[in-house]
This record gives sequence, C-alpha cells and structure tokens, in this order.
Amino acid sequence: MTTDVDLPTAVSQKFPSATPRASLDCPAFNVPPGEILAVLAHLRDAQGYDFLMDLTAIDWTAEQAPRFTVVWHLYSSTKHTYVRLAADCVDAAAPAMPSSTGLWPGADWLERETYDMFGIKFDGHPDLRRILMWDGYPYFPLRKEFPLAGLPADLPDAEVAAETKAGLIAAPMAGGPFVATPGGPMGDAEPRAKDEAWNEQTEKPE
Amino acid sequence: MAADFSFPDTAAKTAANLPQEFDPEKMSLSMGPSHPSTHGVLRIQFELDGEIVTKADPVIGYLHRGDEKIAENMTYNQFVPYTDRLDYIAPLANNMAYAIAVERLAQLEVPARCQAIRVLTAEMARVSSHLMGLGAYGIDVGAWTVFMYCFEEREKLYKLFEELTGARFTTSYTRIGGLQRDVPEGWVQQVDAFCDQFLPILDEILSLLSRNKIFLDRTVDIGVISRADAIAYGLSGPNLRGSGVANDLRKDRPYSGYEQYEFDVPVGAKGDCYDRYLCRGQEMMQSVKIIKQVVKNFPGGDWYAKDARKIFAPPKDKILTSMEELINNFMIVTEGPQMPAGEVYFEAENPKGVLGFYIVSKGGGVPYRLKIRSPSFCNLSLLPKLCVGNLVSDVVSILGSLDFVMGECDR
Repeated sequence: MTTDVDLPTAVSQKFPSATPRASLDCPAFNVPPGEILAVLAHLRDAQGYDFLMDLTAIDWTAEQAPRFTVVWHLYSSTKHTYVRLAADCVDAAAPAMPSSTGLWPGADWLERETYDMFGIKFDGHPDLRRILMWDGYPYFPLRKEFPLAGLPADLPDAEVAAETKAGLIAAPMAGGPFVATPGGPMGDAEPRAKDEAWNEQTEKPE
Repeated sequence: MAADFSFPDTAAKTAANLPQEFDPEKMSLSMGPSHPSTHGVLRIQFELDGEIVTKADPVIGYLHRGDEKIAENMTYNQFVPYTDRLDYIAPLANNMAYAIAVERLAQLEVPARCQAIRVLTAEMARVSSHLMGLGAYGIDVGAWTVFMYCFEEREKLYKLFEELTGARFTTSYTRIGGLQRDVPEGWVQQVDAFCDQFLPILDEILSLLSRNKIFLDRTVDIGVISRADAIAYGLSGPNLRGSGVANDLRKDRPYSGYEQYEFDVPVGAKGDCYDRYLCRGQEMMQSVKIIKQVVKNFPGGDWYAKDARKIFAPPKDKILTSMEELINNFMIVTEGPQMPAGEVYFEAENPKGVLGFYIVSKGGGVPYRLKIRSPSFCNLSLLPKLCVGNLVSDVVSILGSLDFVMGECDR
C-alpha cells in the first residue's frame, strides 16, 4: 500500500499546530479549527491533493469533550495517495466549523449532509439546509443519543398531517436486526422495541 | 362574457404554494420524485424561463434509510446485506468494497483465490451495471431497442449471479475475511462462455447508438462537464473520466490483485453526455478483458483467510464436529469479527464511481462510526450547476448520462 511518506514532515514544518493523528492507513493530522482552511488550501495548492473525496463527522457522545470531530479525506490524482484531516468542534452545544466550499464547491453537499446528520454548522456555507432529512425535522439522527428506532416527529407536510392525523412513530423492530454497541458485549445492546400487543398468551389483534 | 384569466403573479404563486425565492416571471417545475427519467426517487425543483432551466435545486433523501446509523448498531458481517442496497444495480462490487475496507482495518490479506473471485464478480457487476445504465439511457433519449438487447445480456449475468450467490439481486456475497462460499463447479467456465458470446453483442449494442443521428443530436455537446469542474465537485467513475481525467483506482491504487491484470482506462475528450456514454461502452470491453484474464489464471487454494480465526467463521463441517470451532463460530456470529481500534478509509472503483468506506473502530465487532462515501451523491452535487442553461429535455439526457442510483445517493 502506498502512502505519502514525505507529507507528515512537510505539514508539521509549515503548520506546527497540526499534530499527527492515529491512523491505520494514510497520513492523518489533527488541526485546530481556526487553521483548517489554511491547511486544506496548502494541501490542495502546494501538495497536489486536488480531490476532496469525503467530509464527515464523528460524535464521541455527550460525555466526551470535545464532542464532535469533523474529518476530511483528500486524494491526490498525481501522487495517488490520501490524507486525512480532523478538527474538533470547540463548542459541543453549538458545534461549528469553517466551511470549505470556497476551496471545493463539491463540499457543499457534503457539509449539508454533515449538518443534517450531526447539527454541525459550517460558517460561510452559502446554503446550509438539510439534505437527506426534510427541512424542519427536529433531530440530528447520527448523534449518538438518537436511538436506532427513531423518535416520534411530525410529518413534513403540515396539511397532510392535519388531514390524516398521522405522524412519524419510532420503528417497532420486533424481529429486526440484532442490535449491538461498539466495544461492549451484546448483553449491553440497545433493547429492541418489541410489539407487545400480542404474544403466546394474547391473540394477535385483527 | 369572456372569463378573466389574468391572475396576478403573487396570487398564483401563493395558490400554487411555490417557494418564495423564485422569480414570478419564471415558471416553477418539479420533476420527480416519481419520474421515469430521474431513475429512482430524485426530485429536481426547476425554475424555468420558457423551456430553459435558470435554476435547479435537486431534492434528495426520499430513499434515506439511515444505513450509517444502522451500521453503528450491528456487527461487521451483519452489515454486508445493507451494502447490497447501496448501489443496487451492482451489489457484488459494493460487497467487495465493504469487505476490503474492513479487512484493511484488521490488516488482513485474503488469499489469491478469494481476491480473484472478488475481482471476477466486481467486473461482472460493472458490466451488468453499465448494461442497465446504457439501456435506460437509450430509453431516456428515445431508443427502445438498446434496452431490450442490454436486458437480455444482463439477464444472463443475473443467472450466473444466482448460481454463485443464491440471489439475483441482493447477493451479500462477501464476508469479512472471505466469501459466502467458493465458486460452484463449472461456474468459471460459464463466465468465460458468457464473455465470448457477449463481446460481439456488445459491439452490436454500441453500434445501435454510436453513429445514430438521433442519439448524437441528443448527446453531443450536451451537459459538458469541464475538467476543472469534475475535479472540484469530486466526481468519479466514468463521469470523471468522460471529462478527460484518467483516474481509476484499479490502476492508481490497485487492490484485490488488480495489478496483475492488463486493461486500459478509457477517457473522454470533451466531457459531454456522448463522452460519458463512450466511456461506459469501452469500460465494459475492458471489464470483459479483465474477466477473461481472471478466468485464464484462476488461482487454486483457500477462498477465505484461514488464519483469521477471530474474523472468518470456520466451515460448517468443522463447526459440527469440533467443540472449539463451534465456540469460535458462536463468538463470531454473536460478538462479530474482532477488529482492532483505529481508523481506515478505503475506496474502490465501483461502476458508478468511487465508493468509499470510512470506519472508526474502538475495537470489538461493531464499528463506532461508518461513513459511506457514495459516488452518486457526489456526482449529483454538480446538478445545480450542470442543468442551468439547458432545455428541460436535455436535462433528461444529462441525468441519464450521469448514471446515478438513488439507493446509494440517499443511503
């Protein structure tokens, strides 16, 4: 597997605040949020990392500080190598990060998705709206406290909701997938919501 | 008495419940989410000046199932069936990309035979995906015949998939550290026979379109993606190569033994719809070339990583006869394949583009975070720029040429 071996020294010389990050494959750096755009621009213009392949975030749960880490993956079409950058959001209650849409227009949708799923605001994004969920959805589903079964919410269309009196319900997962937690035994898994309306004793309602 | 049809624009706009930002002089048109040319549940909210698109806002998420959330709540092997449902036109390629990503996390190399089978299935999936894309594209621009030809060939491939995996569509063929099973006897020869009869038919299919006046009128110089745009928007696959960027991870960062095979990377010159069509056509030929090479030098030996005892479940006869293997199997099924803590990002060259998996592990059998970098999502992010200035009927042609799958875009 090929990696860019010269990159770690080049980046740490130019940006002393960028510290190496544990990684099993490509070079990776932890960068302070204030410097992330400068590092990204340097990698793109001086190091040949012309593709922004991926942009996402990790939620380390509400107990951890810092709670949210935003992760960028860049690819160089000349060196054929990757680099990973990570920046921690300072404020867990109102997480924010500078937007990289000025460097790559393709970051637009990726940042919208990260905002949609984690609630991280990207400062300077031209049109930060939800993208996979609908406008007005009250939760950020990839945050760790959001349960797998979902949470009750209103339907996106108020008119339909008023007409049908229907709403979103948490998905009953009886017979659904086994649910597990990372690093913990299966016994600690999130309990599955079971359909308690019928069992061996009481008949299945018609 | 003549009826009065002159409504004030603002009133008409309020009545139609249109977004406020649209210019009242212009017309608003919602295309999709259930429209034959949006290939799934893509919706595009257009602002039109006559028949020219002045603004396009894609609305996605109709097929969002929360795959990344689901992945955080199940073991690595349990997630394999969910990868089928990303790019459901080429599930075998997704299976392979996901398995390799997790194996990179475990720092595990699978044996040569396993790698060869994966390459074989991924290339067959590429042919089947491009056949589907080509047939559907033909229909989009008014050529029914191509669809019939393509689906006949695709059906032959699906018969082979069924024989190999037991399923035509949702194959779930890979496991972490190996495969669901070895290839059946005589199957590889059937694949070879398919390739032999397929090449002349492919020529015939392409000859139906490549010099077809109607097809040329609908595709040449339509939807031109410049090289700079293709890079800036993170395009990948034939959409990127159509714009003249010769990026192919199978060549640039070979995985699963791609370095042994000889093939070319077709690139376009202009980046219009026609170039993307040509790239897909040529890619199928290159895939067949790879398949022929795999079949010719089909390696023997193990088809799963035998030494990875905490990752790949032992074979059934061992489970039924040995206590230790039974316990081992039980642990792998209940606790999941055991992974070290760490982070990896792996991308594979899938039919639609570059499919990436970013896995954050805290150890154990369940990922802490799994991000799917979907090629269709990134390819579609160019739409607001690409549609503007085109006729609505050309948007149909552009969408077909991008060859996206909403299952993968929305995840």
